[in-house]
Amino acid sequence: MTTRRLVLSRSAAIIGAASSGLLLPEIVRAQSGKVRVGFMLPYTGTFAQLGVAIENGFRMALNEQGGKLGGREVEFFKVDDESNPAKGIENASRLVERDKVDVLVGTVHSGVQMGIHKVARDTGVLNLIPNAGVHIATRGQCAPNVFRTSFSNSQPTLALGKAMVERGHKKAVWITWNYAAGDEAFEGFEKSYTEAGGTIIKKLGLPFPNVEFQALLTEIASLKPDAVACFFAGGGAAKFLRDYAAAGLNKNIQLYGSGFLTEGVLDAAGDAANGVLTTMHYSDSLDTPANKKFRLDYAKTFKLQPDVYAVQGYDTGLLLVKGANAVKGDLSNKKALYAAMEGATIDSPRGKWSMSKSHNPVQDMYLRKVDNKENKVIGIAQKAVADPGTGCRMG
Amino acid sequence: MSASSKAPLERLPGAVRAGLLLGALALAAFPFIPMEGRDFYLQMLTQMMILAMFAMSLDLLQGVTGLVSLGHAAYFGLAGYALAFLTPSGEPISLWWSLPVAALGAALAALVIGFFVVRTQGIYFIMVTMAFAQMVFFLFFDNKALGGSDGIYVNFKPDAAIGGWAGIDLENKATFFYLTLAILIGMFLFLRRLLFSPFGRALAGIRANEHRMRAVGYGTYGYKLTVFTLAGGLAGVAGYLWAAQTGYVNPELMGFHMSAHAIMMVILGGMGNFAGAIVGAFAFEYTLHLFKDITKHWQLLMGSFIVLVVVFAPRGLLGLLVRDKEAAK
Amino acid sequence: MDLANFLIQLLNGLQYGLLLFMLAAGLTLIFGIMGVVNLAHGSFYMIGAYMAWSMSALFGNLFVAIVVGALLSVALGWALEWVLFRHFYHRDHLDQVLLTFGLIYIFEEARSLLWGDDVHAVQMPASLDWAIPLTDNLSYPVYRLVMAGICVLLALGLYLLISKTRLGMKFRAGAFNHDMTEALGINIRLIHGIVFALGVGLASVAGMIAAPISSVYPNMGSTVLIMCFVVVVIGGIGSVRGALVASLLVGLVDTFGKVLLPQVAGMLVYMLMAAVLLYKPEGLFKH
Repeated sequence: MTTRRLVLSRSAAIIGAASSGLLLPEIVRAQSGKVRVGFMLPYTGTFAQLGVAIENGFRMALNEQGGKLGGREVEFFKVDDESNPAKGIENASRLVERDKVDVLVGTVHSGVQMGIHKVARDTGVLNLIPNAGVHIATRGQCAPNVFRTSFSNSQPTLALGKAMVERGHKKAVWITWNYAAGDEAFEGFEKSYTEAGGTIIKKLGLPFPNVEFQALLTEIASLKPDAVACFFAGGGAAKFLRDYAAAGLNKNIQLYGSGFLTEGVLDAAGDAANGVLTTMHYSDSLDTPANKKFRLDYAKTFKLQPDVYAVQGYDTGLLLVKGANAVKGDLSNKKALYAAMEGATIDSPRGKWSMSKSHNPVQDMYLRKVDNKENKVIGIAQKAVADPGTGCRMG
Repeated sequence: MSASSKAPLERLPGAVRAGLLLGALALAAFPFIPMEGRDFYLQMLTQMMILAMFAMSLDLLQGVTGLVSLGHAAYFGLAGYALAFLTPSGEPISLWWSLPVAALGAALAALVIGFFVVRTQGIYFIMVTMAFAQMVFFLFFDNKALGGSDGIYVNFKPDAAIGGWAGIDLENKATFFYLTLAILIGMFLFLRRLLFSPFGRALAGIRANEHRMRAVGYGTYGYKLTVFTLAGGLAGVAGYLWAAQTGYVNPELMGFHMSAHAIMMVILGGMGNFAGAIVGAFAFEYTLHLFKDITKHWQLLMGSFIVLVVVFAPRGLLGLLVRDKEAAK
Repeated sequence: MDLANFLIQLLNGLQYGLLLFMLAAGLTLIFGIMGVVNLAHGSFYMIGAYMAWSMSALFGNLFVAIVVGALLSVALGWALEWVLFRHFYHRDHLDQVLLTFGLIYIFEEARSLLWGDDVHAVQMPASLDWAIPLTDNLSYPVYRLVMAGICVLLALGLYLLISKTRLGMKFRAGAFNHDMTEALGINIRLIHGIVFALGVGLASVAGMIAAPISSVYPNMGSTVLIMCFVVVVIGGIGSVRGALVASLLVGLVDTFGKVLLPQVAGMLVYMLMAAVLLYKPEGLFKH
C-alpha cells in the first residue's frame, strides 16, 4: 500500500467524518416553525451556578405560559460562554448565524457581554441581558434590540450613599477590584455618597482576581474611617467578609456593599457577615406575595433555593412573554415587539419594574442587613433608581 | 532538559503536499457552496485560518528553533489592540498602512521582551515568556485608559482603498475570507522558504544543539532574538486580522489561555513544518466546537483529548498520518 | 506609613509568602528532581481545599480531615506518577506542558461533578478561631499565625529531609544526574514516585490549611498557580531554599505593592521576576 494512497484515504475519511459532523446540526435543524431561544450562559467555571439559575428562572416563566411564547412552541439552543471574553463573538455568532435563534438570552460576565453586544448590534437579533451590568450596553452603545432585565453596575451603589450618610457614616473608604465592574460600581457610589454629603477618604483597589486582602485591611484600619463601602462578588466576596471580620474591623467600622457582596456567599461567610449592610434590587427575604410564590414554585420545580440570578432569569422570561403575546408570536414584527417590551411593567418577585428609555430596569433598591445567613430587608434604600443612560440616543 | 530533541518532519511527503493543495482549493471553493448559515461557517473558517497563522508563527519559534513560549499571545493581542486604537470611532482606517504598523508594533514588543527573555534557557524561558505576557495582560486589564477589562470595540473593518480605487469591501464576509486565505497561503510559503534558507537552517541547528552552534561560531543570541521578533510580528498579523474580523479586542487575547491554546494547536498538528500548525489549528478548533456542542461537560472531553494526543501522538496528527513512510525506511 | 502599620504589613507579607512557599516547595522539587513542568499544580491546591470541606463536614474536625486528606493526596500523587507522569520524564517540556494543561481541564470537570460549583466555607477549629488585637481597631487572626507556623515547620522539615537524610541525598543525586544515580543502584523510580507524591501532598495540604481562610470555590487553583511559577522561577528551579526566599520576597512585594503602588500592583511581581532574571538568569539560588 503506497503511502500516498494511505494518506489520501485517511485524510478523506477524516474530512468526511468531519463535514458530516459539521453539517449534522444543520440536517436536524430544519424549519420547524418554533420560536428559537438561545442561551449563551456560563455553564462551566466560576459562574456556572449563575448560568444554571438564570436558565431555570427563564424556563419557569415560560412554563407558566404552558411553555409557549405568544402561542408558539419553543425550542432551545445553548452555548457555554465559559466567561471567556475572547470567544464572546464566536459563541454569540454560533447561536445567531448557525442556529438562527430569534432571541439571544445572555450573559453573566460583562466582558463576554461586549462580544454579544457587538453581534446583537451587527445582526439586529433580539438580545435580553439577564445579568451583565456593563454600562455601555444601555448607554453609549444602546440599541433598540437590546434589553436588560437585571441592573447596571452602578445602580446598586447609587442607592448606597444616602443610606450610609443617614446612619451618620460620613467618612468612608471604598475598596474593590481594579476592573470594569469595580470601576462602574464606584461611579454610582461616588455620585450618591458625595451628593448626600459624605467624603470618600480613600479609594483602594487590588488586581482582579487577587484575594489577598490583608494588606488593604491593614491600610483601612490605619485610615480610621466611619465605614467601608465595597464591591466584591463570588468566592472573593466570601473571603473578604471573613477576612474583614477576622481582622476585627467589623467591630468598629461598619461594612457596606453593593448587594453582590452577600449574594450566594452567606453560607460560606457564616457569622462573619452578620451586620453587613448592602443595597440591591432584590433580597431572598422580600416579604411580598409575588416573591413568596416565586420562591415556593422555584424550590418545588428545581429542588434548589432561588437567588437574584434566578429572579433575573425569570423576569427575562416574563419580559419576552409580554412581548411575544403582544405580537401573537410573530417575533419578526420587531416594531411592535420592542414597543411592547419597552412599555411593559414586569410584576417581578423583586417588585414591579419597567424599562428606562435606554432599556435598563427602573427599580427600587432595597437596603438589606445580614442576619444569620440571610439578607433581611430593612427598608427601601431608594425608590425607582434608574441608570442615567448617558450617551444613549434612543427615545 | 532541553526542548524537542526528536527530529521533526521537515520535508513534507508528496502526500501531505497534495493534501494541503486540496485543502487550499477546498477553502477557495467554499464560499460558492450553497448552504444554510453560510455566513456563520465563513466566519468560523476565517477564524480558523487566523488561528492557523498564529499557530504557524509559534511553530517558527517552537518547532523550528525549539523555543517554547507560553506568552506568544501577547503579540497577537497587542496588534489587535493597535488596530483598535488606530481605528477612529467614526470611520474605518486604511488596511494598507494599519496592518504593517500593527505587525511592526507587535514585532517591536517582541524585540523588547525578547531582549530580556532570550537570554534564559529551558524551563526558565517558558516561565519568563509567560510572565511577560501576564505583565502585558495586566497592563491592559488594570487600566481604563487602555480599555480595561471590558475591552474595546473596533467599530469598522479596515478599508482597502488605494488612491482612487475603492478597493475590496472587507465588510463582505466572503471578501474578508479570501483576504485571510491569501495571507495564510502567503505566510505559509514565506515560512517554508525561510525554513530551508541559511537562516532557517541555523535555527534548526540551534534547536538540535545550541552549544554546538555556538562552538561553530554562530551568535545564537542574535539568531534567537531575531526569530523571536519575527514570530512576534507574524503573530501580530494574525492578531490584527482577528480584531478586524471580530471587531472587538479584550485582554484575554493576550492571556495565558490563548497562549496555551496556540501551543496545543502546534503540538496537535505536528511541529517544525508549518503544515502541522495549520492542520493543528483547524483540528483543535473543530474538536472544541464539536465537544461543546455535544455536552456541558466538554472540558472533560477536551482534557482527555489533549492527554490522549500527547500520549499516543507525540508527533502530532501529521506524524500519525505519515508514520508508515517512516516505518518503511 | 507609621512604624506600627509597617510592621503589620510586614507580618502580612511574610504570612502570605509562607503559604506560597508551601505550594512552591512542591513545585520546585518536582521541577528540579524530575524535570517535569506541572501546570496542574494549582489543581492539587484546589482538590485539597475541597477535600477539606467535605471531610471536615464528614469527620466534624478539621485536624482529622487534614491528616486523612494528606494521606489521600499523597496516594493520589503516587498513583498519578505511576500511571501517567512516569512516562513523561524523557519527553520534552512541551509535551509536559500540554499534558498537564489537559489535566487541568479534567480536574476542573471532576471537581464540578464531585463537588458542584458553589462557594463553600470550611469551619475553622474553635480553638484557633480568635484574634490578637494589634491596634485599637485591627486584630490579627490567630489561625493565620498558626498557618504561618506550620509553613515554617514544613520548611524546616524539608530542609532537614533534603540535606540531612539519606533519602534527601538520593533526591539531590537524582536531580544532579539521573542516569548516574540509577547506575549506582539507587531505585530512581521509587525516588521519583516519592518526590511527586510529596509535591502533590504539599500542594494539597496547603489548600486544606488555607481553606478556612480562603473559602472553597471553582477556579481557586489558577491564580495561585501563576504566583507559584513566578516564585519558583525567581528562587531557582529545584532549590527549596530559593523557593523560601522567593516566596517571602513575592509576598512582601505583593503586599507593599498593593498599598504603595496600587496602579501597577498587578504587574509588580512580574516586574520583580524580570529584574531578577536580568541579573541572575537561573534564579536566585542554584540547587
